Amino acid sequence: MVDVLVIGSGGAGLSAALAAKEAGASVLVVGKMYPTNSQTSMAQGGMNAALGNAGEDHVSLHIADTIKSAHGLCDEEMVRHMCADAPKTIEWLEKIGVPFSRIDISNNKSTLYPLPSTLSISQRQMGGASAKRACYAQDYTGLKILHTLYDTCLKEGIPFLDEHYLLNLIVPEDTIKGVTFLDIRTGEVKQIDAKSVVMATGGYGGIYHGFTTNMYGATGDGIAAVLRAGGAVSDMEFIQFHPTALKHSCILISESARGEGGYLLNEAGERFVDELKPRDEVARAIFSQMQEGQRVFLDVRHLGEEKLMELLPQEVALCKLHEHVDPAQEIIPIKPVAHYSMGGIDVDHALEVTGIKGCFAVGECSNAKVHGANRLGGNSLLEITAFGRFCGENAYKHAVYASSKPTDDSQREKDRREIDALFAKESQESFYPYREALGSLFYEKVGIVRENHTLKEALNEVIAMQVHQKTMALHDKSRENNQNLIEFLEFQNVLLLAPAIISAAIARDESRGAHYKIGFENENDDFKKHIVLQWKREMA
Amino acid sequence: MQIKVLRSKTGTHQLYTLPAGEIPLLSALVYIKETQDATLTFSAGCRASVCGTCAVRVNGREELACAYKVKPGDVIEPLQYHPVLRDLKVDKDKAKETLKKGMTWLHQFQEAVLTHEDEKRTEKQTDCILCNSCYSACPVYAVNPDFLGPFALTRAYRYSVDKREEDAKGIIDNIQNNGVWDCTLCGECTAVCPKGIDPKMDITMLRGESVKHGHSDPSFATQSFGTPDFGGGGFGFDPNAGV
Repeated sequence: MVDVLVIGSGGAGLSAALAAKEAGASVLVVGKMYPTNSQTSMAQGGMNAALGNAGEDHVSLHIADTIKSAHGLCDEEMVRHMCADAPKTIEWLEKIGVPFSRIDISNNKSTLYPLPSTLSISQRQMGGASAKRACYAQDYTGLKILHTLYDTCLKEGIPFLDEHYLLNLIVPEDTIKGVTFLDIRTGEVKQIDAKSVVMATGGYGGIYHGFTTNMYGATGDGIAAVLRAGGAVSDMEFIQFHPTALKHSCILISESARGEGGYLLNEAGERFVDELKPRDEVARAIFSQMQEGQRVFLDVRHLGEEKLMELLPQEVALCKLHEHVDPAQEIIPIKPVAHYSMGGIDVDHALEVTGIKGCFAVGECSNAKVHGANRLGGNSLLEITAFGRFCGENAYKHAVYASSKPTDDSQREKDRREIDALFAKESQESFYPYREALGSLFYEKVGIVRENHTLKEALNEVIAMQVHQKTMALHDKSRENNQNLIEFLEFQNVLLLAPAIISAAIARDESRGAHYKIGFENENDDFKKHIVLQWKREMA
Repeated sequence: MQIKVLRSKTGTHQLYTLPAGEIPLLSALVYIKETQDATLTFSAGCRASVCGTCAVRVNGREELACAYKVKPGDVIEPLQYHPVLRDLKVDKDKAKETLKKGMTWLHQFQEAVLTHEDEKRTEKQTDCILCNSCYSACPVYAVNPDFLGPFALTRAYRYSVDKREEDAKGIIDNIQNNGVWDCTLCGECTAVCPKGIDPKMDITMLRGESVKHGHSDPSFATQSFGTPDFGGGGFGFDPNAGV
């Protein structure tokens, strides 16, 4: 029986695995893709840490900015923990070889940190930050952190089980005992017993299919599994819309484009918002321009080609490829789309899942209550690495005292029967049109600006879709390498999460951070609380 | 617009029809799967050329499906030298093993304050997304399946020149067998890399480093005129030049 089973091989999962291994645990990392395929690779702008390399900065300022942006919904203790850990997390990343962008050291006056080599790490401005605080590697920060973490995992001999799709958590008597997976290559349902489990399974932005910067697989699989197993989720209504995605492809253009001095323009060529405000405010400003029939553009021409290629080489390439726009010469058509789920698996101060002992959650899937109602750019890479390590350590501590008595195989058999039943079902109806419809429905009715009557319409449509789901079938009957099956299971997960998101949005009769509701345009202290959802346990 | 996709079950190319207009190949494959043929199998991720999931071959050349714009008559096939799992989906396990064999990580950290110039030295190499395009394009695999290959060697180079690496020699020593000298310097890897990385140059540099650390081109030693003690002459030497 493995001590720490990590589900998900993005930055959070790899950080947790490395910390657990370092503490002495036996570790296994299981993911539905290959480790470096994860969404962490898409994080561009940077990772916050108050190093003070690019001017005065303090951990206390980082804490204050994060709390301010969270609009009263964060757990200040967790925020203090994360921000205070940031400099030493950067040190750790420096030591494993992350290739950060660098500055000339002679400008640096800081002597606060014990590892001199972090002194030359360059730092840039992000929205909502009171200092240049985001450490970066051009606009490939997530990619380069992720790959360095992966290299380090190989160095430490951490075993990986790739292409295994999470089905269910095995939780007899409120304590995790193991997990069931579908081996995507063989189609077999497998059970892996574990003393502790780390959920690092990513967010649910994929519910906005066609209107999100997220990758295809960002379908909240782990969050849905926690709900099914009796654990709690919270703050599900808080979904961050990124102000600047390419208009036609929804591909992300990093906030660092504005941080480095980019403007937002309407058709008349006028700036209409302070581009460095937090994402919720900027996204709403763009949305209201679009409501007035204006097209909106990002303008970085004045930065000049040389600076763009130095600081934002990936953005330049993506604009040329997907939008036929050369950012050095032309303005870039953009729109805000779903980008990040602030809500997720409800966890305590040790990142242990509410309702499931021995199960921990970290990264975008978890709600550690550091982002509150609106996440700051640069805080997600920080969360996955700093809390990733913290989570791995805590999972190991739990494993040390956990019982190694294995559980039975009833969950595996149940899952096997369910998969068999999916294959046996005959129907002409495909789920793909519903995946599209759900994405549009969410963008229109559970989007940047919400209203109670349209939220209720959305809830009814989602419930109808859930009923209708029973008539949908697989059109690929192969047991092996069946992507049609995986996508259907992913669709079932987003459809399971959809009502949780909408009902929380309906319940929250106020506007706070990323949740903005017409008729309730102000913050209301009665709602300065987390909406926590948990399924009632079935009686045996 | 029509394209052909190699299907693994039949071993033949299947014709699919797409609406006219510009469309990335990945979107075209998703469109086919959603509306015409749910059995067509491929790997997809970020849509933005950074997760490394969707590389395939188009008309015999490696491309990221998300970054390639479909043209009429395109022939789509899976990557070479990877076992095909189904249609365009391949098994990348063996290719990834090269990272372990090559021990392509930071071996021993030492304190070093890096400069902007140091950043530039490995900027391109660290853009690698492990899409395996270079592995698929490398002709050495036709004769030597144990070759470390372009992406692993680029990664070895990236760590070997990092000033924070105390044990650069350890990296260099480890890439001598089935490594730097087995490359033919044909440049196919460089030609297909979607991120503009130049593994051929990295391997050339690694050969120079190898010689500095006392290694020499093994094929050089077996040439008819050869003496194994040929000094620093191995730099940039093409082992196949005399073949």
